[in-house]
Amino acid sequence: MRSGAKCTIDALKDAGVKTLFGLPGGTVLDLFDELARAPLEFFLVRHEQGATHMADGYARATGKPGCCIVTSGPGATNAVTGLATANMDGIPVVCIAGQVPSHMIGNDAFQEADTVGITRAVTKHNYLVKNADDLPRIIAEAFEIATTGRPGPVLVDIPKDVQRQMTSATFSGKPERRGYKPVYEGNSKQIAKLAAAINASRKPVILAGAGVIAASASAELTTLARKAKIPVTTTLLGLGGFPDTDPLALRMPGMHGSVAANRAISNCDLLISVGARFDDRVTGKVSEFAPNAMIAHIDIDPSAIAKSVRVDIPVIGHAKSILKELIPQIVTQARKEWLTQVHDWQKEAPFTYDAKEPRILAQYAIEQIYEVTKGDAIITTDVGQHQMWAAHFFKYTQPRSFISSGGLGTMGFGLPAAIGAKAGCRDRNVIAISGDGSIQMNFQELVVAVEHDLPIVVVIMNNGYLGMVRQWQEMFYKKEYSAVRLDQNLRARNEKIQNKPPGYLPDFVKMAEAHGAAGLRVTEKREVAPALRKALAMKRPVVIECITKPDDNVYPMVPPGASLSEMVQGLA
Amino acid sequence: MSNNTSIRRHTITALVDNEPGVLARVVGLISGRGYNIESLNVGPTQDPTISRMTMQVPGDDRVLEQVTKQLNRQVDVISVTDLTRESFLNRECILVKIAATRKNRSEIIELADVFGGKVVSAQNDSMVIQLVGEQQHVADFMELVKPFRILDVSRSGVIAMGKE
Repeated sequence: MRSGAKCTIDALKDAGVKTLFGLPGGTVLDLFDELARAPLEFFLVRHEQGATHMADGYARATGKPGCCIVTSGPGATNAVTGLATANMDGIPVVCIAGQVPSHMIGNDAFQEADTVGITRAVTKHNYLVKNADDLPRIIAEAFEIATTGRPGPVLVDIPKDVQRQMTSATFSGKPERRGYKPVYEGNSKQIAKLAAAINASRKPVILAGAGVIAASASAELTTLARKAKIPVTTTLLGLGGFPDTDPLALRMPGMHGSVAANRAISNCDLLISVGARFDDRVTGKVSEFAPNAMIAHIDIDPSAIAKSVRVDIPVIGHAKSILKELIPQIVTQARKEWLTQVHDWQKEAPFTYDAKEPRILAQYAIEQIYEVTKGDAIITTDVGQHQMWAAHFFKYTQPRSFISSGGLGTMGFGLPAAIGAKAGCRDRNVIAISGDGSIQMNFQELVVAVEHDLPIVVVIMNNGYLGMVRQWQEMFYKKEYSAVRLDQNLRARNEKIQNKPPGYLPDFVKMAEAHGAAGLRVTEKREVAPALRKALAMKRPVVIECITKPDDNVYPMVPPGASLSEMVQGLA
Repeated sequence: MSNNTSIRRHTITALVDNEPGVLARVVGLISGRGYNIESLNVGPTQDPTISRMTMQVPGDDRVLEQVTKQLNRQVDVISVTDLTRESFLNRECILVKIAATRKNRSEIIELADVFGGKVVSAQNDSMVIQLVGEQQHVADFMELVKPFRILDVSRSGVIAMGKE
């Protein structure tokens, strides 16, 4: 006989969990009591959102499911943003939550929340465990569901009495759910149809998304693209799925996509999406997306097909196995005319910035990160302008080297995700690129990196603004800069902050030091690369604050609601 | 997106695990899109671990196609069919309490007879009629008894089954 708590921890071990992120509380005391004696490395976070993002970052970097544990009520509600982040991006995370004792559920007990109710819409699946006998099966199922099909987060809510209940139940083998049968093998007829379309196409483009990375299909994708000479555009979450350094790489499409990618999409006669779900930030105006193209869509999630754009050739299944079956049916081609056209677009408008600008531009700093690391690093980001620039000015050549909240766009993701990534990949350089807005949303987690001696580097692009919001206010709201300045000077009228001598709050260098990390501030361009080298050599957590030009914009930009052919370019 | 699509009433039937939380999950997916479920019926099938849900939702074809796919994606949903696209049987059972006087009582009974309904209860000033039939049949009956003053109605919600 074992307690439900012991059962749970044993089931985590059986599922291969070696790393666990979390924070204890009243309803998970039994689980933590067992954890103390378990052969797992535990990371004590300072806010449960950090735990979910760490588990998420760990999963994105390693390809293995991330796991976290939180208490009931506020512990679970704090975890919601992290679960929603993982859900939108299809990341395998298992979250164990404590719940008040069964007989108190629904009585407004202390630290009670309807966790399964609250998380239903932001998880792939969730469970309320009512009997410890079910625990071994449910935990095994949770990992199976989180990691198969389109991966996603699964939450298991375990009341305190169930953790204390004794049971002799065990579970072995593969969990089966009759309502859950993800399709892996693509339909051969559809694959043949796609092959014929590719062979007949004069101007094809591949749109590669997160599915390529989830399915570990980069090698197959690269083989296909090179064999059939098809240019590849990679979505934000697909970055690294196809090497940015390849001549066929069009880089990112969409709202802040490259001119080459957006022109290629607008002019192609065949668009092959491999594991990309046609997010609105990718498509722009849907009715004018790829207007002349036949659209093929390879996706493991049937509900992704034709969700936003019309699809002519759907192929449901796992990207890797489908591409493997497809490649031998593809005729080797030169496609000179189309590639010449594409290369002209690439040359005409690569991602660029004003190199003569004397102040530090985030674009410049990110390029320096690329130079100093020679591209060999895992980059995590927060959300905003720096995120787009991290996609533009670092070239990704390996899958799982770019980690970012794409779907939900969660500010505060980058630092905890970097800690999770480093916990799973100790031999890699891990750099979190952030902004002065985002970093403040989960700064407290830096302590975890210090405690566990995880030498991550956090680079804060400090422009004194919520930069992306400022850009939208400049471009679409007649420069009414409302509630967007983080510098204490020149604040919006309604904030009623008196003009004070230039002082910048908070002082990120002091904050880094107060959290036990090293802090460096750079204000000159020439200081950027030396600071990065120094930080990487220190082998401890380091925060570098780059004081950047306050009001730069991300270009190109497709205005919201416009078609991809209506790009606004910053530098003519 | 909604330019070329049509709004109509969809009859969706789903086989789901007979477990707590499934109903909330299914209903949440539909109501979360601002759609109202007009009628809902849930009950176990020949296999007591499986329930059948039948829902009627008026809405845009494309949005409901997406809803159907999303329902299918749920772990505890075994299968989903939008019956609107095929030929199917639908039935509804209603209990109607009608104000009845000595004068008009026979008229009401006659009407119920014509529709295959049955008087299941009679009081001094009211009577309750049970009627089972196709949705349209039930609607027609309701229209005809309206002038007698309907005191109360309870409906089972539509149940449906594909003919194939």
